[in-house]
Amino acid sequence: MRLTTNQPESPVQAEQLAVTAAAEAAPARSGIAGTVLTARRWMVVMAPLAVAMVVLLAICLQFGTQWVGLGQVVDLLIRTLREGSAESDTIGTTGVILFHVRLPRLLLGLLVGACLSSVGVVLQALLRNPLADPYVLGVSSGAALGVSLAILLGIGTTVLALSLLPICGFAGGLLSLVVVYHMAASYGRLPIHSLLLAGVILNTIFSALIMFVTSIMEPNRSVGTMTWLMGTLTAPSYPALIVLAVYLIVGVFLLLKQSQVFNIMTLGEESARALGVEAEQVKRAAYVICALITGAVVSVSGMIGFVGMVIPHAVRLMLGADHRLLLPAAALIGGMYLMSADTVARTLLAPSEIPVGIVTALAGGPFFIYLLVWRKDRFA
Amino acid sequence: MTAPSFVYRVRSLCFRYHAVHRGKPDWVLDGLTFDVRAGEIVGIVGPNGSGKTSLLKLLANLLRPQAGHITLLGRDLATLPQREVARTVALVPQAHQQIFPFTVLETVLMGRYPHHHGAKWSAGFDWESPDDLTVARQAMQATDIVHLADRLVTDLSGGERQRCVIARALAQVPQILLLDEPTAFLDLRHQIDICGMVRRLKEVRGLTVVLVSHDLNLAGQYCDRILMLDGGKLVRLGRPEEVICRDLIRSVYGCEVLVDQHPITGQPRVTL
Repeated sequence: MRLTTNQPESPVQAEQLAVTAAAEAAPARSGIAGTVLTARRWMVVMAPLAVAMVVLLAICLQFGTQWVGLGQVVDLLIRTLREGSAESDTIGTTGVILFHVRLPRLLLGLLVGACLSSVGVVLQALLRNPLADPYVLGVSSGAALGVSLAILLGIGTTVLALSLLPICGFAGGLLSLVVVYHMAASYGRLPIHSLLLAGVILNTIFSALIMFVTSIMEPNRSVGTMTWLMGTLTAPSYPALIVLAVYLIVGVFLLLKQSQVFNIMTLGEESARALGVEAEQVKRAAYVICALITGAVVSVSGMIGFVGMVIPHAVRLMLGADHRLLLPAAALIGGMYLMSADTVARTLLAPSEIPVGIVTALAGGPFFIYLLVWRKDRFA
Repeated sequence: MTAPSFVYRVRSLCFRYHAVHRGKPDWVLDGLTFDVRAGEIVGIVGPNGSGKTSLLKLLANLLRPQAGHITLLGRDLATLPQREVARTVALVPQAHQQIFPFTVLETVLMGRYPHHHGAKWSAGFDWESPDDLTVARQAMQATDIVHLADRLVTDLSGGERQRCVIARALAQVPQILLLDEPTAFLDLRHQIDICGMVRRLKEVRGLTVVLVSHDLNLAGQYCDRILMLDGGKLVRLGRPEEVICRDLIRSVYGCEVLVDQHPITGQPRVTL
């Protein structure tokens, strides 16, 4: 966007005035002109977000087919902690619904939303394109193909499923990223149209293959697969949730470690290398981590769209582009967003449920079109 | 330890992007040998496709030569880690549009990255130290953009953006500044601003500057020596009046121009 037209009639004069003003103001302010991200500002943003997350978790816990008041939630929580067990004989049916059905599902929503947002932030930085997102780029559908192939081959029914499905998802997701990587490498900075085109084509191919795979499955299994594909969160068992959480949090943490490097990568690969960043290594490592995270997320929740595009974009507008703050803030806000969306999905038509992927697509799709049509000057 | 009098020593440098092109090797740069002295401004000129930008990228260690070698301050450039090169050499590439809303100050502070220590996967958050802020402030004063510190780079005009990128390069505290077409797309006043600033940096900070330019007049005005490339070969390296002359321009660019002396500076002046 060229803002030269917005300047006063005589840019020379305006600039001179500004320079004089700055020179006069300089002695008064001993510190540096301008604000930078400091550890203090980081805490000032992140701490309230963490508190908000806990509050939102408590609020969402109340909703469901059966309304459970906040007082009862707290009461049951205290009783569980005092008894040291969460069996149905100590906390009753309501307690089981709260702590074995709703809570793990909400926590899963937090995890999935946080991961999709983090991957979105990183892909946007590496591709220097604010519309990149694992869903739009076809990474999610690649992962979904990997997982549905695994289901077709019967892997999903064994105990090994827990570890094997994410790996199949990873393989499929990586396949998409390799294609995107080569497109980006041959164009320098991937222009918006090529990026979307690559995503559309990959999505079409993978969807066709997924349709084929589900069509040759046994009917009862294919129904389950279709529901999963639409993007559904189901309450996991606590051991499964813990394994997934450790795996995903380590992945996001590794990305977070690189956030300063991602800042520099947005200058373009050549400038980044001129500043001493090993761009090629950073890119490959980050792509692999993104594929690993997306693979695991898709294997548990199917294809939940647009979270990775909408959340980073909104957070960047609020907090600026510095990835040291953007990445963790987008993770928390993305988690809260998906948790709320899932609460809507399971209460709107209770007792029946809408797949949460439909809710996020209906909310995110129009936003995507808005960005593409009305804000195109910012990234065309 | 005394500073070596040559910052760059380039010996029979050959470079190509593709191995062969239509059966014959397609050399972008073919056997260049020259030196860059400490504290001088060298302008690289030549027609389109003569290898100017490739040469600049080779000097920044962004490309690797197939033959020949470059010595940077007495050390073989090919053996130096990129991070170490970035502490000595700063590159200002041709204007790139930043698409994310970083502020000017944030962008300038990115120039401090090569001076931050820490391994690749344990660099952490790399919070800027007070020293970093001081250096960034000085760089912004040198390029006269202190008043823009909080503006978003996405909202800057062409001249402001260029000064912001130069400030980022200065924040690296380099000994050598490499500029790729620093005045392209700038209006007359900003062209003069940028060139005057480069001249000042050379005089005040003792920077060595290598710049690529299409504008023979600007190169003649502001450079101590000019290196003319044609088809990847070094045609002539010397003082402006030795390089910018009618015969050489005719043979390299294939067009007739009038060359006389600037009435005030006495530097060569090209008239079309």
